[in-house]
Amino acid sequence: MRDWRFTARQLLKNPLSLIGVILIAIFLVIAIFAPLIAPTLEGHRDPYMIPRDGYYAEPRPPNELHPFGTTQGQYDIFYGVIWGARTAFRVAFIVIGITILIGLVLGSLAGYFGGVIDEVIMRITDVFMAFPWLILAMALVAVLGPSMKSVIIALCAVWWPSYARLIRGDILQVREEDYVEAARGLGASSGRVIIRHVLPNAIYPALIMASLDIGAVVLSAAALSFLGLGAPEGYADWGQLTQFAQNYIIGPMNDPLKYWYAVTIPGAFIFFFVLGWNLLGDAFRDIFDPRLARR
Amino acid sequence: MELRAYIIRRLLLLIPVLVGVTLFIFGITMLFSPTERASLYVSGIHDISELPDIIARFGLDRPFYMQYGTWIGQVLSGNLGWSVVVGMPVWDAIWSFLPATLELAMFAAPLIVFTGIFLGTRAAAHKDKPIDHATRVLAISGWSLPSFWLGLILMMIFYGLIRGLLPPGRLSVANEFIVTSAQFIRYTKINTIDAILNLNGPILLDALRHLILPVITISTINIAFIMRLMRSSMLESLGRGYILTARAKGLSERVVINKHARRNALIPVITVSGYVFAGLASGAVITESIFAYKGIGWWAYQAAARLDIASILGFALFTGFLFVLANLIVDVIYTRVDPRVRLGGTVQ
Repeated sequence: MRDWRFTARQLLKNPLSLIGVILIAIFLVIAIFAPLIAPTLEGHRDPYMIPRDGYYAEPRPPNELHPFGTTQGQYDIFYGVIWGARTAFRVAFIVIGITILIGLVLGSLAGYFGGVIDEVIMRITDVFMAFPWLILAMALVAVLGPSMKSVIIALCAVWWPSYARLIRGDILQVREEDYVEAARGLGASSGRVIIRHVLPNAIYPALIMASLDIGAVVLSAAALSFLGLGAPEGYADWGQLTQFAQNYIIGPMNDPLKYWYAVTIPGAFIFFFVLGWNLLGDAFRDIFDPRLARR
Repeated sequence: MELRAYIIRRLLLLIPVLVGVTLFIFGITMLFSPTERASLYVSGIHDISELPDIIARFGLDRPFYMQYGTWIGQVLSGNLGWSVVVGMPVWDAIWSFLPATLELAMFAAPLIVFTGIFLGTRAAAHKDKPIDHATRVLAISGWSLPSFWLGLILMMIFYGLIRGLLPPGRLSVANEFIVTSAQFIRYTKINTIDAILNLNGPILLDALRHLILPVITISTINIAFIMRLMRSSMLESLGRGYILTARAKGLSERVVINKHARRNALIPVITVSGYVFAGLASGAVITESIFAYKGIGWWAYQAAARLDIASILGFALFTGFLFVLANLIVDVIYTRVDPRVRLGGTVQ
């Protein structure tokens, strides 16, 4: 078992991972208190849909009503990025949770039983890993229709193979341990051996990988939304807000940076969110790397 | 194992992978009703009466395995279908869009590999020194940048703020005209190479000007990735006994790092460079659509967005093939870097 207090101390000692922890904490606060920071208007049905101030196409700069301005179609950028934090956490946690679950089931089947089951599952992961994930995810979202649910399904579909492989490898290792042999000798069923004895000892690398992956999941979801194959129009999503700005990158001749806020702000939210998780993940890797002995 | 036998065996292994990929994508598209799939091939509301005819003619209402079988049969006879989004056969579309993407990769790949290996080596050689911290921050930031946002910001600065300096597209309109004219011979359809072969300086400069931003956009995340991998691999290598031996022999630090440590540290980096290639294919989709750079990624995006099934399947076959090919090349390079590794996995 890992000493969690030791881990926490390591994280707070290193300035880079400390910045990561702070960034994630800020985003957590934003996500939890979104209804207070950016209150939903009276009579607005779905809080995740960004309120619009008219239907005029051209973005408008920050003003008292809209602290970050409005983007194409007069969607309020401030409201969008605040509620977008909730979207980001939700997508990341759901996708990681489901892929770990799929990875656990298929990885344990493959690793524990081996033989034909192993061969079939591993060849399926080969197929998925041999293909550019973005195209696969795009095709899936296109078929299922743009919605957050489709994005989550598509990302799970392209993400599970790496977890299945990782968990399979760990199980292959743990399977040979004496205590597993002992449990089997005592007459425990396969299911009980896997769930009670093998998995608890094989799951740590997957959990570490999950912390490294959260940023990547959010980046991928944002990329899908940016390509118009993600959040439905008007949904509070950082990738989509960036896409809205795409036609307004370059201002008129005399004011080339006229629409800077429309593209810079949503993109910065994605960047700092992902940066926070990656800083944390990088520190995790150092702490958990078995080759670096604990001093 | 003999090289040729090894290559043939690997290419045979390609078949189940390609069948799997296409079966999966085919399966996804089958979730659509025959009418929905047929409607891609009619151009307007007044052609709706043709739908039943199209369904009957292409057998779109037949069972899944029969339709897949028909498609495989056509592919084997050299017909990949019709790409609706660009109005030409899929096979022609692949060959007309490929040179642009190859040109992008031609500049991005060396940039990624050499910058990543160089910075990773420096970071490991100066562990916990300022250069190590600086490259770490650089790598984690690059790894966290949404590439589409990076592309847009770069465009805002180098095309908007500095008006017209590095424009999107592949060539400016005037040069596009020259390139398609009879005086300019298209040897490879890769603009920079053709410009050199035609001894046309202005077109070479123009093509390079259009390439800078897309290359930076597609490379950043991969440089960060290779850099971090190279650093940790290098650190592991530096901790080995033979490094101690080399130092004890009195070899200079430069020789120890460049000759003894790096050569061994390169192996994991070479292993993943095959996967970096698959990443480039995904990256090309985003980069090419931001910069209106009409390569194979741009085409694949158009196809996926409009559910042009024939194009998506053709692209899937093609990239799957390239991916396996890239990994094959990686395996062959392996044997050059590490003489202990023999093809077929036997270690002496």
